[in-house]
Amino acid sequence: MNFDDTLIFLAGILGGALRIGVPFLFVSLGECLTEKSGRINLGLEGVLVFSAMAAFGASWLSGSVWVGVLAAALCGGLLALLHGLLCSLPRVNDVATGIALMLLGMGLAFYFGKPLIQPQAPQLPAIALGAWSSSSAVRSALQINALLPIGLLLACVMAWVFANTRVGLLVRLVGDSAQAARALGYPVAGVRIAATVVGGMIAGLGGASLTLFYPGSWNEGISSGQGLIAVALVIFARWSPLRCVGAALLFGAAGAMGPALQSIGIGWGYHLFNTLPYVLTLVILVLTCRPGAVIAGSPGELSAR
Amino acid sequence: MRSALEDILLPVAAIVAALLLFGLFVMLSGLNPLDVWRLLFMGAFGDAYSWQNTLQRAAPLMLTALCVAIPARAGLVVIGGEGALVLGGLAAAVLAHALPPSVALSSPLAGSVLVCLAAAAAGGLWVMLAGWLRQYRGINETISSLLLAYVAIGLFKHFVEGPLRDPSSLNTPSTYELAEGLRIGVMGASDVHWGLAVGVVACLVAELWLRLTPSGFSVRVVGGNMRAAQLVGLPASRLVLLACLLGGAAAGVAGGIEIAAVHTKANAALIAGYGYAGILVAFMARHSPLAVIPVAILFGGFGAAGSLLQRRLGMPDASVLVLQGLAFVLILASEALRGGAWRTWLRSAHKVAV
Repeated sequence: MNFDDTLIFLAGILGGALRIGVPFLFVSLGECLTEKSGRINLGLEGVLVFSAMAAFGASWLSGSVWVGVLAAALCGGLLALLHGLLCSLPRVNDVATGIALMLLGMGLAFYFGKPLIQPQAPQLPAIALGAWSSSSAVRSALQINALLPIGLLLACVMAWVFANTRVGLLVRLVGDSAQAARALGYPVAGVRIAATVVGGMIAGLGGASLTLFYPGSWNEGISSGQGLIAVALVIFARWSPLRCVGAALLFGAAGAMGPALQSIGIGWGYHLFNTLPYVLTLVILVLTCRPGAVIAGSPGELSAR
Repeated sequence: MRSALEDILLPVAAIVAALLLFGLFVMLSGLNPLDVWRLLFMGAFGDAYSWQNTLQRAAPLMLTALCVAIPARAGLVVIGGEGALVLGGLAAAVLAHALPPSVALSSPLAGSVLVCLAAAAAGGLWVMLAGWLRQYRGINETISSLLLAYVAIGLFKHFVEGPLRDPSSLNTPSTYELAEGLRIGVMGASDVHWGLAVGVVACLVAELWLRLTPSGFSVRVVGGNMRAAQLVGLPASRLVLLACLLGGAAAGVAGGIEIAAVHTKANAALIAGYGYAGILVAFMARHSPLAVIPVAILFGGFGAAGSLLQRRLGMPDASVLVLQGLAFVLILASEALRGGAWRTWLRSAHKVAV
């Protein structure tokens, strides 16, 4: 491997981390908020696919990419609302509901997405981080999604809200001890539904960044488990929005391995390298989880069950 | 007695409600729901041909549903059946590759048994890995089994498009066709392959095992209360691993049979979502292997009707997925109505409103 190849490879990994990491970032922030309130939403995989379709469709129909982003957030919130409401029924398990919404979200997305496979929708503007380089491969690898700064800002805001505001404290209280929240007269189910909906909206932005940025098309294989990886990623980040940023970039880098190797002409094991994010997730779970032990930072209501 | 009645009535009500909602849904897309319902029925159970198509699809569903139902009886939520199925298919392809064609298998039965064994081993060990990670590493099996499914799909694609690829398959990379002796044929004069019999027998055996044998009973105790099981000295972890092994083996066999009876070679067509539909079937059957049989036939029927909806009404092939999703949501919601709970629920809703 010569110097140029190395540079292209590294730029591919870095650029890929920043590009593939964006959906991870939003979904993990959404899941983080949901889990802080004491519920797991496995349905974010469905939210991600559904909102990716909605973003592409709305952007194509309206001609404005920001309408697409808005549609993604709304659709994500809507599907999450269904999760929140269902889980508030007695005897309805949040994990099973998540699986159901995963299937429903995908079904709806594929149903409405059929006519969207051909067309081209307006795309999010790119931030050129690679302008300094003379290599066109490096420049194109470092085109950054305009939603990334929004995601970074959101992570900081969430961390601040959790630490310093009344609303943040309420969400954490409900997530740590529903009994205590009830004793203080707060509506536990209401807070959880709200947290799930907002979490779904944030995850919807992740869907928008899947279809409204490079490669910028809608197809039925658009997400393969990013929504679920995000659940594991939140565990890895120990429920801290700021650590979610690092975790998301790490997973983005793992996901970028296959394409980056291909870009410098190494085609062998393309599918194997594409499984890296999943393997990495498993390895991280092995390293962070202990049987019978509660992970530091985990919301009390999650480990109570 | 009353709860047994509920066990049947609630899922039936959920299916009916899902069909009604689906009718409303297609109405919004400008179609006549009556046409859709009629075609759903015709395509699933209308004539002998649709029955054969339905049963063909029900066979893998029964087996992938067992991959959810059996671990569920041990208290696990395993949703990675798709991975076990895909690896079962890969195992069948590897077996076909490894056996030199000159080894003409003495009887077709031996070939079928070999395929099923290889597929069962691959699928079983894969899901057992998720069980092991849970028992010995404290990792949530729902997440890990699904992650493992994606890894399995990656492995499958790597081998099918790499070392096992038939160079003459250009557009859809596939393995070589299975030797005649390894294929699984059809039952009698019908078009339905023997996989259906395997599925039904597997469900019956699983039901009997859970009900009548000490190990099956122990698995249910573990599922009911892990701590109590440990207190009375049951080897809880080993029982969990056993349940995962059996469930995964069932899903693996589903993949092996799909390859040996339907596709006759391994390619991406195997990844058709049977593993995910099996989750729905298992939940709808309330994780009872016996109930899996009719539920799998019902959803196999919806799957079979999907192509008819596509042809006659021009509906997207994902229509069936929407119907499945609606049914899944409603079956879970129906749990809230169990045991006359709707009365207390109404009361608490009233309280919240006030």
